[in-house]
Amino acid sequence: MPDAPGLELIRGEIEQDHPGAVLDTGFEHGCASLAIDPAHVLGVLGWLRDAPGQGYRFLSSLHAADYLPAEPRFAVHYELLNRDRVERIRVKALLADPGEDSLPEIDSCVELFPTAEFQEREAYDFFGIVFNGHPDLTRILLPEDYVGWPQRRDFPVGGEPVTFTYNERNYG
Amino acid sequence: MAELAERTEVMTVNIGPHHPATHGVLRLVVDLEGEVVKDLRPIIGYVHTGIEKSCEDKSYWKVIPFVERMDYVSYFFQMEAFCGAVERMIELEIPPRAKYLRTIFLELNRIHSHLVWLGTTALDLGAISMLWYCFRERERILDLFEMATGQRMHTRYFQVGGVIEDIPLGFEAKLREFIADMPVRVGQYQALLDRNEVFLSRTKGTGIVSRERLLELGVTGPLLRAAGEPWDLRKAFDYLAYPEMDFKIPVGTVGDNYDRYRVRVAEMVESTRIVEQALDALPEGPFIADDRKYVLPPRSELSTSMESLIHHFKLVTEGYRVGPGELYYAIESPRGELGCFVLADGSAKPARVHFRDPSFVNLQAFRDMSVGSYIADMICSLGMLDPILGGVDR
Amino acid sequence: MRSRQLRARDMLRGDLEGEELERYVEERVVMTNFDKMLGWARSNSIFPLTFGLACCAIEGIPMAAVTARYDIARFGAEAGRASPRQADLIILSGRVSIKMAPIIRRLYDQMLEPKWAISMGACSSSGGMFSNYAVVQGAEKFMPIDVHVPGCPPRPEAVLYGFTKLQRKIQGNPDQGWRARYGAHGTEEWARGGPRGEPSAEAAKAYLAARELIVSA
Repeated sequence: MPDAPGLELIRGEIEQDHPGAVLDTGFEHGCASLAIDPAHVLGVLGWLRDAPGQGYRFLSSLHAADYLPAEPRFAVHYELLNRDRVERIRVKALLADPGEDSLPEIDSCVELFPTAEFQEREAYDFFGIVFNGHPDLTRILLPEDYVGWPQRRDFPVGGEPVTFTYNERNYG
Repeated sequence: MAELAERTEVMTVNIGPHHPATHGVLRLVVDLEGEVVKDLRPIIGYVHTGIEKSCEDKSYWKVIPFVERMDYVSYFFQMEAFCGAVERMIELEIPPRAKYLRTIFLELNRIHSHLVWLGTTALDLGAISMLWYCFRERERILDLFEMATGQRMHTRYFQVGGVIEDIPLGFEAKLREFIADMPVRVGQYQALLDRNEVFLSRTKGTGIVSRERLLELGVTGPLLRAAGEPWDLRKAFDYLAYPEMDFKIPVGTVGDNYDRYRVRVAEMVESTRIVEQALDALPEGPFIADDRKYVLPPRSELSTSMESLIHHFKLVTEGYRVGPGELYYAIESPRGELGCFVLADGSAKPARVHFRDPSFVNLQAFRDMSVGSYIADMICSLGMLDPILGGVDR
Repeated sequence: MRSRQLRARDMLRGDLEGEELERYVEERVVMTNFDKMLGWARSNSIFPLTFGLACCAIEGIPMAAVTARYDIARFGAEAGRASPRQADLIILSGRVSIKMAPIIRRLYDQMLEPKWAISMGACSSSGGMFSNYAVVQGAEKFMPIDVHVPGCPPRPEAVLYGFTKLQRKIQGNPDQGWRARYGAHGTEEWARGGPRGEPSAEAAKAYLAARELIVSA
């Protein structure tokens, strides 16, 4: 893993090509992470993949997260892996919530990492994050006519309460 | 007649979601030209269970049984991915005995998973007796699980901090019996399949995808190793007792379905070796960490110590809190890299639990494996891909 | 043995008469009605649909229960049918998602009468632990279920036990619940009822009708 100084070095190098791309760096529990501006996501991912000395060629996982009370609300996480040095780095693209009627948007990285295809569709399915340039951005796990983005924190868990006579009698 | 021969038409065939050869409720929309697959689209989500959402509603120790039910053939791996992630977040070191016990059960589970795979895949290829032989050994593994944990499947044996109980008396003897038998049994499976002309001609040279393409598609596990890439998280990363174990990574050469079969069968033998070494080196000592903030106190203390009773009450009612943070922890499951992402917001419930399931990612390679081959080879490739639909859909 | 053979020969020759003949017939012929015989034949030659949903499929009819240790062939149901049109039993082995529910209903509709359904495991019986947006809370919401097998997942023995219960039901002699066995009527729990826990009017009506059926059978 790149440690905290190593991360700052990476940040400095990214800043040369993409000024303002890296918003923050973090190092916790032995995991390095870069928080980036979603406008530069392809640039940063491409740099981490191709720049000499980096070589994070393997995208282990792409997933979204919802940090509801915090702002910006959404993040798309890219867990990159360098298989030669056995190092992981997480790139977090922070996305603001554009409000009720529109969806957060970010560029798709399917061109860089073909493995992201299903995982971007999953993030779209559950969080309503639109990946621009994705070849087939449709719902993947839920029915096609489903309404809502179920894994957002403000979406109810759903299901049915279990009712018992006793509770109904005394409290219902 | 010449006119007839030239007329070709692409026919779209729907396979599934209820189809005996799709290993669960996978739906495939296949474009066929004659018998040749021209294009293919897997449609998934038919057992989408919303487990990740349910986990957000449960305290950390209640999440464990949920994540087990994702990939229902390799449940110990799901538990380890989640417990390992939480342990790293709260920086809790697990005792050596727990590490070894976890290693033993993980590897037994790997054998179990490969046995289910071998039985069902060989059944798809017409070797029906393999199902009987493989499930015979599977029952023995499940007996071991039941002996130690009380359940055959979904054992909830791993806890944050270690394992829930020590192995019972007599378990070791039974496990040693199994270890002694297993390589012989694997030899029997190979004797049944390796010289079976039908099996060989259906697997050899079919479903080849190059190593580079597999890496691009994010494929891990036996599929990648069959293509000649010796990538195994057990060797690459340091977790549990694997650094102390001596085992080999079976690697294929061509990357066809036959290599995939050979790699998995060789892995069963290697796993048996790991179990044996871990059992030989099993250290004495506690099987669960001693941190009362995260680990339930032993039953015997409850009647003597007020403090233990308070801890017990707190842990059972509210659960423990995990400081804000996020972590991605990956282990090698029977199907590849199984990653668990946990986002904690400081409360007693995780804010997000996400599993990077290898079946889900590996399924993307299915199109590359099948396009241009016969539809019968597609069924073979699907079996060798070994997707568990519960893991794909979660 | 010898004397029985001799008597059978006598009977075939027409030598037996009167009381002797009547006794012979009483001893050797089982009288039953056609329905019972049909139920007996049906219950011992069930063709289950090879249909697996999730965890329970590994433990249930598609896999573990047909293998050597449990061997459902003992109950005459080892011949799994891949097509719903040839099957007469569907076993819901696993959780039913909202995406899968219409397909299960369609499979059930495609099966020919008479047909039965076993709901295996907690998930398909009640939604189980997955009380969330994606899982149908009990398969009974969209199709009739004959036998519920509890467990998560149930052991193969439990599936076989549920299977024998279904056989009794097919034979027209269903096992009664524990309330009927122990005479515990009146202890039912009503989810939605009156202020003191008594059943609502329509629930009570449905219950009495069902009880009437059981008692008259």
